[in-house]
Amino acid sequence: MSVDRPGTAAHPLRVVIVGAGPTGFYAADQLLRQEGLIVEIDMFDRVPTPFGLVRYGVAPDHQKIKAVTVAFDKIASHPRFRFYGSVELGKHLSVDDLRAHYHQIFYATGAQSDRRMGIPGEDLKGSHPATEFVAWYNGHPDYQDLQFDLSAERVAVVGVGNVAIDVARILSRTPEELAKTDISDQAFEALRRSAVKEVYLLGRRGPAQAAFTNPELKELGELAGADVVVDPREVELDPLSRAALAKAPDRATSKKTEMLQAYANGVVSGKPRTLVIRFLVSPLEVIGNAAGEVTAMKLVRNELYQTPTGTLQPRATEQVETLPVGLVFRSVGYRGVPLPGVPFNDKWAVILNEKGRVLDPVSKQPAVGEYTGGWIKRGPSGVIGTNKPDAAETVTCMLEDLAQHAILHPPAPGAAAADALVRSRQPQCLSYDDWRQLDRQEIERGRAQGRPRVKFTRLDEILGALRAGNR
Amino acid sequence: MTIATILARKGVKVVTIRPEQTLREALALLAQHSIGAVLVCDAAGALVGILSERDIVREAVRNELFFERPVSTIMTKDVITGQPNDDLNAAAVTMTNKRFRHLPVLDAGKIVGVISLGDIAKAQRDEYLGEIDTLQTQLLGERAS
Ligand SMILES: Cc1cc2nc3c(=O)[nH]c(=O)nc-3n(C[C@H](O)[C@H](O)[C@H](O)COP(=O)(O)OP(=O)(O)OC[C@H]3O[C@@H](n4cnc5c(N)ncnc54)[C@H](O)[C@@H]3O)c2cc1C
Ligand SMILES: NC(=O)c1ccc[n+]([C@@H]2O[C@H](COP(=O)([O-])OP(=O)(O)OC[C@H]3O[C@@H](n4cnc5c(N)ncnc54)[C@H](OP(=O)(O)O)[C@@H]3O)[C@@H](O)[C@H]2O)c1
Repeated sequence: MSVDRPGTAAHPLRVVIVGAGPTGFYAADQLLRQEGLIVEIDMFDRVPTPFGLVRYGVAPDHQKIKAVTVAFDKIASHPRFRFYGSVELGKHLSVDDLRAHYHQIFYATGAQSDRRMGIPGEDLKGSHPATEFVAWYNGHPDYQDLQFDLSAERVAVVGVGNVAIDVARILSRTPEELAKTDISDQAFEALRRSAVKEVYLLGRRGPAQAAFTNPELKELGELAGADVVVDPREVELDPLSRAALAKAPDRATSKKTEMLQAYANGVVSGKPRTLVIRFLVSPLEVIGNAAGEVTAMKLVRNELYQTPTGTLQPRATEQVETLPVGLVFRSVGYRGVPLPGVPFNDKWAVILNEKGRVLDPVSKQPAVGEYTGGWIKRGPSGVIGTNKPDAAETVTCMLEDLAQHAILHPPAPGAAAADALVRSRQPQCLSYDDWRQLDRQEIERGRAQGRPRVKFTRLDEILGALRAGNR
Repeated sequence: MTIATILARKGVKVVTIRPEQTLREALALLAQHSIGAVLVCDAAGALVGILSERDIVREAVRNELFFERPVSTIMTKDVITGQPNDDLNAAAVTMTNKRFRHLPVLDAGKIVGVISLGDIAKAQRDEYLGEIDTLQTQLLGERAS
């Protein structure tokens, strides 16, 4: 029975991973480490380069965390690992193509879109999802034609998660600070000329419920060109939050509110910009002028109430205010998008799954050979490392199913056949060696300017650099 | 982290039983699905109670001939429910303090899932492991630069 179970040198287990973000790499690592199991992995990504949000999400002034790619590099060096950049599931390859070439399929495509606020005026000129701004300043090839009008003096960032903090911080950085990062040249130029003076971060709940983490909050206080301003009344804990903290003391939350109170009591040192953190306000409407451009935001003051689980949720009061702003970024969360041919759970905007096993939408039973992990499995939350235990949960299911023979039986399970198929569909696909070559060139370009790297941001630029490098 | 993060990777199955069904049938469901509690819903699908293995154990000690009794006689009727955007940490504190292990989740009145204290513990552990991993990476990055 075990004779034809794949996983031997003569008959390796062939796995395809769609998406080259942290989840994809963690899953590859866990599969390649299995003792006594020979696995061949092909990893695809729709963009030319690997690493997903580590390259195109993590802020350019947060280089230290990007060191995680050193570990990914090691994984990619494994002789049975191949990477194909610029190959998109749904465009170059279909799920049926994958079924014809692999025993197991792992979808790790992250969250490619954004959540909406669902208020009037959300799509006015000058109102953008943070996802686009982030992809733009990080040099994502699909977002380089976007324009952000930074001639506004006041900007609102809706949400108080770590992405909102990233956006507010990048808007507040001085050109000298940005010049030391790998921000895209285009974004650097635009931000260097930015007229932004005040950035408002808008939290709908109170300081104790803010989603941002403490190191990120602390960093705001260390900006060279911006003072953090907090209204003391808005960071004084309400009775419900105080009671909740007394019942279940939590050091991180106490520290967070202390830090905010320290900002509230601090002296404004007169730096050129201010970064105002507001709490207990929800946007009701984005207001525009006759030309359809954002001019203000209507906000309502919230109070907190306790749900049966003890969660403190916001409830609108009658108190309304208008905040004049010329630019709005909504940073209220990312959102997963369906992949053609893959069951989707609309309610949570994830691939329909149980512990990472993709489910058939009709029978609700596992779809043989299909798996998922990371943001497209559980939704857009968690730091890079959180995807490691998440991927491990899925890989455990994959190994259990393999032991039960519940895998796909592709008619053409050879590495050469898969390679030929990909190249026929996308002759311009990139290999991991191509990426290494680009990486070297980017770092080289950066060295000359005292920057960690200067990214290639457009496809033709990338292909040109590779041609030049191979000459 | 919210309750939705847990529901997202739990498929769509919610195991339910009617209040007039027997405890024997309830036990069979618990065993079949390897779960610790079943939601009790009326004919219209509205949540009217929850029945946990603990409830059944307690009844079995009191009354050896419990198998044929209807679920409604021992289920918990005042069910505490959550909503998808409730905070996991708050729910964990409430479930621990009030000593219940299964939380039905309703969205606009409709049942969308059940989460257990075990699910929350796993999610919290994964978050914690992730944060440690990320901190370690940052420290290594610092040393390298
Ligand atoms: C703005 C931002 C900043 C962040 N900063 C930090 C930070 O500082 N520290 C930290 O620890 N965490 C940070 N995070 C969180 C971290 O980035 C995520 O936890 C992690 O990237 C999720 O990994 P993933 O592999 O599931 O998805 P992703 O990283 O999004 O990777 C998914 C990959 O799939 C590819 N893909 C999508 N669709 C297809 C398709 N159809 N075919 C082929 N490929 C496809 C995408 O191109 C992408 O490369 C940040 C997140 C964001 C949004
Ligand atoms: N430096 C880092 O480590 C780093 C950097 C970036 C991102 N990340 C991680 O990546 C993940 C995603 O980050 P994120 O910031 O996108 O998500 P997030 O942490 O979930 O934050 C979303 C924010 O939007 C708010 N929000 C949601 N809907 C809203 C609405 N309709 N109106 C007003 N506010 C609304 C939320 O408030 P409520 O809480 O009230 O819902 C919350 O403040 C997080 O896990 C984050 O930690 C980490």
